[in-house]
Amino acid sequence: MEEKIIRTQGIYSEFPRKGPSAAPAATHYCPGCGHGIIHKLIAEALADFGIQDKTVMISPVGCAVFAYYYFDAGNIQVAHGRAPAVATGVSRARDCVVISYQGDGDLASIGLNETLQAANRGEKIAVFFVNNTVYGMTGGQMAPTTLIGEKTITCPDGRDPLTQGYPTHMCELISTLKAPVFVERVAVSDIKNIRNARRAIRKAIEIQAEGKGYTFVEILSPCPTNLGKNAVANNEWINTEMVKEFPLGNYRDRTAEAEHVERTTSDFSTESLEKLFELDSIAAPIEHKDPNFKESQVKIAGFGGQGVLSLGTMLTQAAQAVGKQVSWYPSYGPEQRGGTSNCSVIISNDRIGSPVVYHPDLLVAMNRPSLEKFQNDVKPGGIIMYDAIIGDVELPKGVKGVAVPAQDLAIQAGNPRGANTIMLGVMLGLGLTGLPEEAFQTALAANFAKKPKLIPMNLEVLAFAQKWVKENVK
Amino acid sequence: MDTTKPYPLINPLECKSCGRCVDACPKKVLEIGTELNARGYLPVVYKGEGCIGCASCFYTCPEPHALEVHIPKKG
Ligand code: SF4
Ligand code: SF4
Repeated sequence: MEEKIIRTQGIYSEFPRKGPSAAPAATHYCPGCGHGIIHKLIAEALADFGIQDKTVMISPVGCAVFAYYYFDAGNIQVAHGRAPAVATGVSRARDCVVISYQGDGDLASIGLNETLQAANRGEKIAVFFVNNTVYGMTGGQMAPTTLIGEKTITCPDGRDPLTQGYPTHMCELISTLKAPVFVERVAVSDIKNIRNARRAIRKAIEIQAEGKGYTFVEILSPCPTNLGKNAVANNEWINTEMVKEFPLGNYRDRTAEAEHVERTTSDFSTESLEKLFELDSIAAPIEHKDPNFKESQVKIAGFGGQGVLSLGTMLTQAAQAVGKQVSWYPSYGPEQRGGTSNCSVIISNDRIGSPVVYHPDLLVAMNRPSLEKFQNDVKPGGIIMYDAIIGDVELPKGVKGVAVPAQDLAIQAGNPRGANTIMLGVMLGLGLTGLPEEAFQTALAANFAKKPKLIPMNLEVLAFAQKWVKENVK
Repeated sequence: MDTTKPYPLINPLECKSCGRCVDACPKKVLEIGTELNARGYLPVVYKGEGCIGCASCFYTCPEPHALEVHIPKKG
């Protein structure tokens, strides 16, 4: 007689990855554990929809870490709590169905941030969140979802909200966000609930197959071993206790309005990045054989707003103009918000290993705090250029100081904001970096390319500074 | 066993004797058996008649390959 057979689909017929076993097709899960039920429901949906070959399961850390033993689909096993990040990457890189299968410790504790961020971005991921109120794999510690009063090995007197806080309600949290398409809490505690869970799981996977966006299905599930109950008693406990804290039901369903999510693809090609950072106009470094050229290590420091970082970039552009190897390295920090800021520039014939300058050949200090901070780092025989406005200074022995009235000269040159260009011109006038005049002119043109009106004005400032050097520095 | 009627087919080697199916069966035609399997569990057995093919036992069973439900096609 012909028969219809209701049996597991979408799961391997044997589990050899588990290693040799008396029962080659038994899972590693404890008797009565809910994971197997949920695995069967997900796998059945994948098989029914014919999408096993275009599905990637993300296996979590937790009891389901070995999900890849079972699902006949693509699989990636990821670090604790990181499933949403990996799932995001996979779903954006490939046209496929991505399933993130996670437990309460993984998803609601260490992975909470990533979970909410991925949900908020509306990633095309079906998250199946298995909530059994304990860390199962590690032996039954308190989880974010442990009920108030529930005893675990790390809250042996029962969870006390005053010390351990309240259970985390993931469906409720996720449904405060705008992007998720479908959010529902179900249970696998009895056959009515299982059939309802089956419907929700299939719906979530269908939404993924249609590429509509983020779905989150929380499944209340038994862990008889760590709850110290037999399978049937654990089911009763879910139906009487757990659902009070975690009400079953739908929290979001935008399936009807939601449309296929199309994201523009990012262009990470070298060409587009070079264009973005305006590197496409810069000639590649060329080989320099000039034996007299000495590597320069420069530190430029001053108040935020004094043009310290752009003085560094102009110097960098000057070095690039003659095909030198060059690095520019800003210091980022609270200094940038109005205190002192600094950058390091290295100009060399050879490739530069590290852009960090510990002992500059040249220090340009635009204010006193910067001078005091860096003057003792300058190499013996090095030079310190500082704004004369600083007044009397006591420089370390063995270094040469050049007091440049940079602010005043800038004003005299007709560009009050050009103190940094004055410093650049003084550098040129003193021949400090070994770069030719044309290189500095090219650098100014490049630096002000977006405001071409400023180019002649700054070229004048540069010439003015050189003239000042000739007349004033011996 | 009458195979012209629906029946559950249990794989005694893979059953972990959790009892979920026994509890879920609306007809109460499943019971924990009395013979230990190779792994030391007492697998579930079908009483031999009364199954209506509702598949409640299948869906509640956590083991992918411990239990399936066969339903003869009419005609
Ligand atoms: S199919 Fe339904 S009636 Fe038959 S054994 Fe399973 S649960 Fe009982
Ligand atoms: S539910 Fe499955 S594993 Fe549990 S007793 Fe029944 S057949 Fe065995």
